[in-house]
Amino acid sequence: MDNTNKMVLEFESKSQNESFARTVVAAFAATMDPTIEELADIKTAVSEAVTNSIIHGYGDCIGMITMRSFISGNEITVEIEDSGTGIQDISKAMEPLYTSRPELERSGMGFSFMEAFMDDLEVESEFGKGTLVRMKKRIGKQLAKGYTQQTEQNVV
Amino acid sequence: MHEGKSYGKEDKRLGKEGTSYEIRQRCLIIRLNDELDHHNAVQIREKADRLIERNNIKHIIFDFSGSGFMDSAGIGVIMGRYKKVIFIGGSIAVASVNSAVDRIFRLSGLYKIINKYDSVETALSQLK
Repeated sequence: MDNTNKMVLEFESKSQNESFARTVVAAFAATMDPTIEELADIKTAVSEAVTNSIIHGYGDCIGMITMRSFISGNEITVEIEDSGTGIQDISKAMEPLYTSRPELERSGMGFSFMEAFMDDLEVESEFGKGTLVRMKKRIGKQLAKGYTQQTEQNVV
Repeated sequence: MHEGKSYGKEDKRLGKEGTSYEIRQRCLIIRLNDELDHHNAVQIREKADRLIERNNIKHIIFDFSGSGFMDSAGIGVIMGRYKKVIFIGGSIAVASVNSAVDRIFRLSGLYKIINKYDSVETALSQLK
């Protein structure tokens, strides 16, 4: 049986599309028979990436966000791409608790959550051109991180 | 039983109530009826802050029984309210969190500054 699949979605950078985007990915990933926890992980990571594009990528303007998702075997890849301002210093942006917009009560944990909840995270960005976030997760691994009593070390 | 004042908006179009607010003594109960993301955080923050300022609120309880999802924007909402009540000796509690929301709280370290309770009633009895 062919166990690959692909989807592309384009939507405006409006905050009500945050729930739209994560719900679409969750429905797309449902064919992989994920656990509720795995699905929650993907939804959280997608929500963080889309929110970043809306708040930091486009700010007060409305632009288009493209979301692509691929399934290959037990691995799902999700890409969130915007044509917004881009990130000047990616490693600084990815530091836990760092936020460029403290006045918005951003917790600075968006990238930390994407890293913690997905197996792989890549960020490509060019200042003035836009940002692409690529995340991968393998479904069906035993023992999701963080559901045990131990606390994670790589996250604050 | 519910002698507190209730505030809330109703969205009839979806047949779903938005977040509702209730004040009992100096405790503000925020009943989330939607996913706590950046989109909803903006409205909850404004409404909650108005109620906190006008009603001399000391403690805040977030009731998650109607909400099964939260992302880092929710952390921002809770941290922001924490900063408002901590100076007057107040505290923040969360009630009825599911495993996904619980995980977010655990990974973010928020349980160091907030308490988790089974229900709003339990939280209320502890916060008096």
